Amino acid sequence: MSKGKSVQQHKSGKTEQATVSPRYYELLQQLQETDFALVELTLYLDTHPHDLKALEQFNQLSQIRQQQAARFEQEFGPLLGFGHSFSRYPWQWAEAPWPWQV
Amino acid sequence: MKAFTQTRVWYPFIGPFDPCPPIRVKTYSTPPQLFLGFQPPQLPQNSLPEALRQGTLWPALYSPYEPQP
Amino acid sequence: MWVYEKKLQYPVRVSKCDPRMAKYLIEQYGGADGELAAALRYLNQRYTIPDKVIGLLTDIGTEEFAHLEMIATMVYKLTKDATVEQLKEAGLGDHYANHDRALFYNNAAGVPWTAAYIQAKGDPIADLYEDIAAEEKARATYQWLIDMTDDVDLQDSLKFLREREVVHSQRFREAVEILKMERDRKQIF
Repeated sequence: MSKGKSVQQHKSGKTEQATVSPRYYELLQQLQETDFALVELTLYLDTHPHDLKALEQFNQLSQIRQQQAARFEQEFGPLLGFGHSFSRYPWQWAEAPWPWQV
Repeated sequence: MKAFTQTRVWYPFIGPFDPCPPIRVKTYSTPPQLFLGFQPPQLPQNSLPEALRQGTLWPALYSPYEPQP
Repeated sequence: MWVYEKKLQYPVRVSKCDPRMAKYLIEQYGGADGELAAALRYLNQRYTIPDKVIGLLTDIGTEEFAHLEMIATMVYKLTKDATVEQLKEAGLGDHYANHDRALFYNNAAGVPWTAAYIQAKGDPIADLYEDIAAEEKARATYQWLIDMTDDVDLQDSLKFLREREVVHSQRFREAVEILKMERDRKQIF
């Protein structure tokens, strides 16, 4: 289990009340904010492909999201499947918590 | 901030034998996409935290909605 | 192909155990104007629409799956620890008999999702007008759902989803304008 993860699981398989660290939510929220602006700019650029200012903003935010995602993944494991994120040993991808559980 | 409001009102006909106490004024939503046209470039933007909270990057597209009783 | 990202688009918090609200919310999961119908409608239409708007249909269709996951999260949280008695009281006895607490693609009245909810006419204007209508109908559904709960945290997530319908409608309206332009005329924005 990665060192940043704080969801407790007993050896017996019984799950105690999960405690997800405040930092998980903090880093996640930052990433959600950046990613949301990227979603908005994506849809905007789909209908405004010649807006250079918006395109520059998109590329800048894309760079920032990469750094934020890397920081999150460092502490809480991979965000993207199928090899778009690295994994530590043992295989982290399939570890809880899943998005609907937190 | 906006020159137009995002709701319209109408006054339903009240029949002489309507069984429930009449709701005299009814409203419906008229959000910004009905008026904006092709979005002009470089509209003012929300901060990123505010954009996520509002659900849009552009205040011009923001449509607040409060629960109706 | 698609790549899963292990996060929600927007935080979903539910602060009240209210399985009855889950029954209503399922309208946006497996209903006619729900998120599943939206995602499948747009991602299917894109194969036969002019190249200029394929990107938009792809991206909005993809975002709809993120919204589907948010609705699923709400339903999951609202029903996860509800007792059978609570589920029965909430009008979910019929659901429990068939599905336990599993989510299922049906509407608030329990009618299973059907492909008949979505249309692909092959005519770009007809399809985009359907898409605009779908966004407005989903916006209205979110309004009624917001009206039906007093959980401010749940309302917060639902308001986000309602606003996304507004933005999607805006973009589809722009797509119509793009297709109205004559082919060789240079686009000036």
